[in-house]
Amino acid sequence: MQKLEALVREAHEDAALLPTTSGRARVIPIARMTDNETEVARQMQICNACRYCEGFCAVFPAMTRRLEFGKADVHYLANLCHNCGACYHSCQYAPPHEFAVNVPKAMAKVRLDTYSTYAWPAPAGALYKRNGLTVALALAASLALFLMLSVMVNGGLVAAPSGGNFYAVFPHNQLAAMFGAVFGFAVLALGIGVTRFWRDVDAGTATAPAVAEATRNVLTLTYLDGGHGDGCNESDDGFTLARRRFHHATFYGFMLCFAATSVATLYHYVLGLEAPYPFFSVPVLLGTAGGIGLLIGPAGLLWLNLRRNPSHGDTAQRPMDRGFIVLLLLISITGLALLAWRDTASMALLLSLHLGVVMALFATLPYGKFAHGVYRSASLLKAAIEKRHMKGPNLGAD
Amino acid sequence: MVDVLVIGGGNAALCAALMAREAGASVLLLESAPREWRGGNSQHTRNLRCMHDGPQDVLVDAYPEEEYWQDLLKVTGGITNEHLARLTIRASSTCRPWMRKHGVRFQPPLSGALHVARTNAFFMGGGKALVNAYYRSAEALGVRILYETPVDAIELEGGRFVAARSGSRRFEAHACVLAAGGFESNREWLREAWGQNERGEWPADNFLIRGTRFNNGNLLKFMIDAGADRIGDPTQAHMVAIDARAPLYDGGICTRIDCVSLGVVVNRDAQRFYDEGEDFWPKRYAIWGRLVAQQPGQIAYSIIDAKAVGRFMPPVFPGEKADSLPELARKLGLPEAGFVDTITAYNAACSTGTFDHTTLDDCHTAHLAPPKTHWARPIDTAPFYGYALRPGVTFTYLGLKVNDKAQVHFDGRPSDNLFVAGEMMAGNVLGKGYTAGVGMSIGTAFGRIAGTQAAQAARATSRQSGVQYAEA
Repeated sequence: MQKLEALVREAHEDAALLPTTSGRARVIPIARMTDNETEVARQMQICNACRYCEGFCAVFPAMTRRLEFGKADVHYLANLCHNCGACYHSCQYAPPHEFAVNVPKAMAKVRLDTYSTYAWPAPAGALYKRNGLTVALALAASLALFLMLSVMVNGGLVAAPSGGNFYAVFPHNQLAAMFGAVFGFAVLALGIGVTRFWRDVDAGTATAPAVAEATRNVLTLTYLDGGHGDGCNESDDGFTLARRRFHHATFYGFMLCFAATSVATLYHYVLGLEAPYPFFSVPVLLGTAGGIGLLIGPAGLLWLNLRRNPSHGDTAQRPMDRGFIVLLLLISITGLALLAWRDTASMALLLSLHLGVVMALFATLPYGKFAHGVYRSASLLKAAIEKRHMKGPNLGAD
Repeated sequence: MVDVLVIGGGNAALCAALMAREAGASVLLLESAPREWRGGNSQHTRNLRCMHDGPQDVLVDAYPEEEYWQDLLKVTGGITNEHLARLTIRASSTCRPWMRKHGVRFQPPLSGALHVARTNAFFMGGGKALVNAYYRSAEALGVRILYETPVDAIELEGGRFVAARSGSRRFEAHACVLAAGGFESNREWLREAWGQNERGEWPADNFLIRGTRFNNGNLLKFMIDAGADRIGDPTQAHMVAIDARAPLYDGGICTRIDCVSLGVVVNRDAQRFYDEGEDFWPKRYAIWGRLVAQQPGQIAYSIIDAKAVGRFMPPVFPGEKADSLPELARKLGLPEAGFVDTITAYNAACSTGTFDHTTLDDCHTAHLAPPKTHWARPIDTAPFYGYALRPGVTFTYLGLKVNDKAQVHFDGRPSDNLFVAGEMMAGNVLGKGYTAGVGMSIGTAFGRIAGTQAAQAARATSRQSGVQYAEA
């Protein structure tokens, strides 16, 4: 294998001097590949000579459009990978074979490098490396902040019922300013990161059909269906749609909660209708439905994550995965609890807990598992673009 | 005692186990490999050659029985059994719904394999995905599976199966299916079969095994020694020219070198020895293993220039690369002057034609021996690349003679309860040569027949012993 690695390294040195398959000269400076990146390139060289997994997902068709795998290619392919596990279980070269191919694992390691490399501001990239700790600290700090604020404003955590009026505990404008600032920062940080990524992978110009295809692939999680519709792998080589369904519950639950907040904001500023809203109002119904999705989805994902085959992905990242899942779960639990007991003396305490968890989520959005959605969407868009204009090597009738 | 014992753990064995179980038999399957290496050569396969009279899901157009038969007749040079071959062909047209039921998924042909879109149905994820699906289905249906259980002896009684032995363990059954593969990973046996050539070399010592490391042929040898009727030539095998740097075992698909028809191939003495452009590469790749095996040192070198890059499946290892022909000869360890002479003579013999790798084009050599009849373009554009080739054995064709019930024969008499499927009997249909996907067609057809027959035989046997018991 040492020989193979040496050959692969040599191939990359050669490749840097050769025109790319798209015909343009490669002007990307020859950045030294990290060990994780070299490993993906080595495995892709083997996969490109085999191609049995082409039907599973978007990674392998994108691979066949290339003969060499440089730094940018590796990051693009790694983020295209959904870590479904199908190629690992199907691989005739998986360990104990001496080729030791485990694409999901190699890709997962590079993904973490993508997130930290492109993180803005750059030093914050280190937060990905110990993400379980990052999330825990953010959560503790946010909770402490809101509990302290509550005590300061109300003189105690257990106050008299205030008819579910949250703004009696925290003034509306204060909340809007705090969450607006943190959320705005998250959008900015992730936006800068993915823009740099987009530039480096040389994605080209998005056409409407490409955008439509990528959007469909993101919203339906096309590549968690295994290519045959049976789903992806969890604990063994059997296929299941569980992850896709729980992810849908999580994602759409999150979006419904987001919609609830947006509608409430419109009510507040445009219609002049101030919270609390009755249960059968649009914001509360949206929030309740979303909360239920965010309860079922993350609970299911956590259950799957705990029994996931250890060969899938990078086990060192499980604290990051679980930290994010647990935050989402805590949001739905505290949110639904707040709805249930908003007219009781516990309201101020529940509200502080809920807002603390939401704040922790917002604060860690740019430096945690959430980043996967942003970089994967960008990669799916690139795949949809290049599929339309980039012809692979001409293999003739063979 | 179980009804049906299946010895082997690849496609044919699994097909037999599933069919026997579906017929109501209790089934025990013995796989010699540990779980992570299970599936024999089936884990390296990727498709099934299918007869069909019209478009069928992933298959386009039609591939009628007669055309399939003619293809098989051509590649085997007539060393086949028409009755068994046609049975295999017909079975290939009806087996896929059953395969799907047991979890096998099909997909359109892979990129770089469009030439078989009409004839071959590809397994999504390849053969290991198929093997996984069958094992899952077998477990769900209650087939008992033991890994790391290589069978070394069979107890026979007048041509009837009594029990199988694995070391000190003994497994009795009413009927048995042998599906334990060929002997390709038994290097001693290969050496003996190929013998010593006129140069005093033992050619098989230089073979690489593309297939599984677990097919040592012990069971095949045992059965032949026990008097079972054999069929086939032990030197005949699925043999491909593969990258000389490939691992000794389990190199599989990715070690193939697919640029032969785009350049020239020379031996250790820098001499060409066969028409590289005789036909489309998919129709010729399977003869190059033997061609290389016949060369001195059992090595050859595929030489291309920059014009060929990107026109063939990327090899797993990068080739030797040089800016001049003498430099390439030095890097490959070939005699420099002779190599340059060979290429110069070839270049001079190339006529000007219109190069088209997708058709049998008119680029051929004139007055050159051996000729290159298609895709002959001068090797004149640096950089030049060279790939060293070795014979790569996928599976051997020596096997046990069967009839259309997959019965093992002793002195021409079929056994009542001993059946054989897969590589252990593929030589009945495939005396020599190969065409993509036919190994899986044979394994699936005869695996299913063997399983059904074994379940029937087991039922008959247990009924009989039941009667005897009642009378006693």
